[in-house]
Amino acid sequence: MRLGSAATTSGIIPEPIARQPWEMLIPLFALVGFGAAVLYSAGGGAMQPYAASHLVRFAVFMTMAIVITAFPRDLVRMLIYPAYIIVLLLLMAVEAIGQVGGGSQRWLDLGFMVLQPSELMKPTVVVTLAMFYSSLPLGMTNTWRALLIPGGLVGLPMALVLLQPDLGTALAIGFGGAMVMLLAGLPLRWFVGGAAAGLVIAPLAFFYGLQEYQQRRVMTMFDPEADPLGAGYHITQSKIAIGSGGIFGKGFNEGSQSHLNYLPEPHTDFVFSTMAEEWGVMGGLFVLGAFAVILRWGWKVAQESNDRFASLLAAGMVVTIFFYVAVNLLMVMGMAPVVGIPLPWMSHGGSSMLTNMICIGVLMMVNRWNKNAPRRGLTG
Amino acid sequence: MKSLFSRGKRNPRPAPVINASILRSTFERRAVLIGTVQGGIGVLLAARMGYLAIAENEKYRLESESNRVNLTLIPPRRGWILDRNGAPLASNRADFRVDIIPERLTNSDATIDRIGALLSLEPSRIADIKDKVAESRGFQPIEVASGLNYDQFAALSVRLPDLPGVVPQRGFSRFYPTGASVGHLIGYVGPASAEEFEEDPNPLLITPGYKIGKDALEKQFEKELRGIPGARRVEVTARGRIVRDLETREDIQGDPVRLTIDGPLQDYAARRIGLESGSVVVMDCRTGDLMCMASMPSFDPNSFSDGIGSVEYGMLRDDERVPLRNKVLKGLYPPGSTVKPMVSMALMQQGVDPNETVYCGGGLRVGNRVFGCWNRRGHGAVDMAKGIYQSCDVYFYAMAQRVGMDPIAAMARRCGMGQEFPLPVTSQFYGTVPDPAWKMNKWGREWQAFDTVNATIGQGYMLSSPLQLAVMASRLATGRHVMPRLTLSTKPQGFDNIDFPAEQVDYVRKAMSDVVNGPGTAGRARLPVDGTLMAGKTGTAQVVSLSISNGRTGPWKYRDHGLFIFFAPYDNPRYAGAVVIEHGGGSGAAYPIARDVMTFMFDPAKGMEALASLEKQWGGTAQQRLDARYAAYAAERGAEVRRPPRRDEEIFDRVEAEARLAAEQSQAIAGEVVTPRPIANPSGTPPVSPPGEAAAAAPATPGDAGVDASGPAPASTPDSSVAGDLAQ
Repeated sequence: MRLGSAATTSGIIPEPIARQPWEMLIPLFALVGFGAAVLYSAGGGAMQPYAASHLVRFAVFMTMAIVITAFPRDLVRMLIYPAYIIVLLLLMAVEAIGQVGGGSQRWLDLGFMVLQPSELMKPTVVVTLAMFYSSLPLGMTNTWRALLIPGGLVGLPMALVLLQPDLGTALAIGFGGAMVMLLAGLPLRWFVGGAAAGLVIAPLAFFYGLQEYQQRRVMTMFDPEADPLGAGYHITQSKIAIGSGGIFGKGFNEGSQSHLNYLPEPHTDFVFSTMAEEWGVMGGLFVLGAFAVILRWGWKVAQESNDRFASLLAAGMVVTIFFYVAVNLLMVMGMAPVVGIPLPWMSHGGSSMLTNMICIGVLMMVNRWNKNAPRRGLTG
Repeated sequence: MKSLFSRGKRNPRPAPVINASILRSTFERRAVLIGTVQGGIGVLLAARMGYLAIAENEKYRLESESNRVNLTLIPPRRGWILDRNGAPLASNRADFRVDIIPERLTNSDATIDRIGALLSLEPSRIADIKDKVAESRGFQPIEVASGLNYDQFAALSVRLPDLPGVVPQRGFSRFYPTGASVGHLIGYVGPASAEEFEEDPNPLLITPGYKIGKDALEKQFEKELRGIPGARRVEVTARGRIVRDLETREDIQGDPVRLTIDGPLQDYAARRIGLESGSVVVMDCRTGDLMCMASMPSFDPNSFSDGIGSVEYGMLRDDERVPLRNKVLKGLYPPGSTVKPMVSMALMQQGVDPNETVYCGGGLRVGNRVFGCWNRRGHGAVDMAKGIYQSCDVYFYAMAQRVGMDPIAAMARRCGMGQEFPLPVTSQFYGTVPDPAWKMNKWGREWQAFDTVNATIGQGYMLSSPLQLAVMASRLATGRHVMPRLTLSTKPQGFDNIDFPAEQVDYVRKAMSDVVNGPGTAGRARLPVDGTLMAGKTGTAQVVSLSISNGRTGPWKYRDHGLFIFFAPYDNPRYAGAVVIEHGGGSGAAYPIARDVMTFMFDPAKGMEALASLEKQWGGTAQQRLDARYAAYAAERGAEVRRPPRRDEEIFDRVEAEARLAAEQSQAIAGEVVTPRPIANPSGTPPVSPPGEAAAAAPATPGDAGVDASGPAPASTPDSSVAGDLAQ
């Protein structure tokens, strides 16, 4: 039953340290450290401008995650709806500033970092839906009320983000919301029906809803060579970087694609390509393995919790992190359109680090709750 | 999966009882499903990565290398074209140049305007470049300017980041020291056209700054002159910034081509033609070397190498003297009386005694027609020598009636008329030597007595090029079957092949010497060099019937062609040649040029003296006059000039077609008797005044000729049909 780390059995290590979820933290630190190494190379073989700030941010947000870990359950439940409203207001503020400033804007400059409220909205939506379903009377789970209010809770931020316009983040918010709904036990036929409706609406949305540059990105995914110097350039160069790396890569600091600027955004969206060029398939398997371990630990946390709120919360966080990882990696390998979603813990960027560390913080928090009130037994 | 679907089927029950444990198990099952899907995606990603990096590794490694390493070809320096003494007729000079590559331009018009302002280009030049960019295939570089000074080059180079598609570089450009004098002979170079690139998809052809031969010798010797390109491998960033040099291989210059041309003579002859339109060919009798093939007016190949500008093209195009036509090879003219020495050889071959005389009373009755001699008063008793030096038509009419046309036609061919020579030229016209079989085949009509009459005085259907006339002169002078050659690497040919017996050669040499040095028709052609006597034969070729023009005044294109074949020294020929002046008003326009060219051969200082005083009257050297005309033309016409055809090839195809048409002109009168002009030997100097007013300057009339101006009127109106084998 207890799957805690082996460290607990050893008496040498102090208990506060020993009780930390090291089976997740060690891969996480390794991933961040590896990310810093890749950013060091992407910065032209220097700590500045990427690697150093990457590590500093991780340290800051790790501290934040530890603080979140300490939150009691009741406080969290109390803070959730106000937090949702605040993030929603921030989204509107961004939209309003964009309107005033003439031109779309996605971020607020906070001085020490640039904050994208749409990033924050991803975990917030998950947390809010988990809260909603845990307080919804069980009998109403397959009534329209179980869909309508969450639909609004997800739809409103999605609409605001689409206005920016930022299709990738809007889809991430919708995906996180939909996954929580699925896990909350909503009737499966709603999802099947929704998927069917999506198949009908998607072509319409593609032709009437998307900006021209977004349409091009989607089309490019199917045929990147059609426009090798335009929209297909990103995907083509990314595939060249990954493909030319081979099994063991070209060596640290030896990647020509990133160092000679053929690879666009070598430190943010395409950081995986930068890594793969220098470290090869081995580096790629290491990254995939680290994510697999972290996500598996997340699922375990979600399943260990016998509290509906906490398990939905934890599962939602796992799904959010997964969405980032999957879409980013599919994109850099030429299997998804270029939507501008960074790779967690490796890409350089404050907002994505913030979001993902909130997810980790929440997962560690649920893990702590689980330890304090372990499940009594298996159900079903 | 299965459990989920079965759950889906159970769900539609009305008001199912939902409790915490059902929801919990739903959660767990769905969590497993999502986790499985996630794991699947993870495996998919790993597989995809393995596929890219292992299975397709080689392909992507290559692409990455081709990204990183940029191979730039260094255009090879073109081989020089040298004259017989090793002096360059075409060389290279180092310069700074700018090209643009249309497909890399982001805003072509703005970029071109910007470059135009930086380099202070003329508006017409900027308009030309814009036209070319609009019509080009994107990858072909287009030359903007060459021969820039360092400041201009530097000014452009520092602005490169804002000017994508602009390629400034140091390189070499083709240089023709004598400019227009060698235009037709050497040709010019230019960037390869799309068709040329399709034929030979060599990346060198679309390297900025690389040019290939476009015409004449430059085109003919392309393979030898090209050389081997060098290469520079550099590591570049995506933006094209060079990080470091990896490796450089120097180019290997193309091989030089040694011509038989004598550079100074070529230049002298071209300049000596002056305001006239014509050509001068000089050959070395001992080797067959073509020492001079001047054709004027011409174009400046230096200014063609950056593309033919619309103003320049308009000027050359509007000139009725067709500066784009190489008249040595593609000008066909009735040879006129210059065929008489050749006909004499035919007569002697047929057993005619040269001392036999014919009485010339100003005309000869054949059947019921009278054929006039140019001298209406008659020459009295004429033997073969007098027939040549006095150019008596009646002697040749009478003798030709005796031997018939066929031996004369055979002799004409043996002397080079109607023949093609094995020369490295892009195209040569071989003219027409008419005979009864030819006429029947071509026109379906019987050979008439007057056809023989016409042919023996080099009129009617007979057409030849100045090159053929020069070959004829050298074969008559040496008695051997001299073959012309243009490069020193070809072997002299034909010298073991004796055409004429020595005593016949001596007879004709003497008679031709008397044309100049004796009582002949070209007394003013005598060389001002002691001890060197030139022999020659005048010719005046009519292009329209007497009723239309008197041949010397009136519209330029109706005036007679002036011809002269010559060799010197007459008793031991060293040089032979031909001068043909289009519409010069008679042989008087031609032989003074031959005299000065030969003077230059034997005494350059004296030759230059004569030229200098003439050029003073004409307003500068040929190149200076061409430049002045261009400036005047550009100022006058400005923007409203005809645009050049898209490809250079079209220009020269058109010129060639027009050359064929022009050659037909004199054949328009071939269907009738050509009555020689009463003045067959006008010995006046060529007109000095500009072409338009030249008509007013009447040539001096020699005392023994041309009193009776009212010759027999033509029997019929000119037959306007066209004739001649004008194939190349």
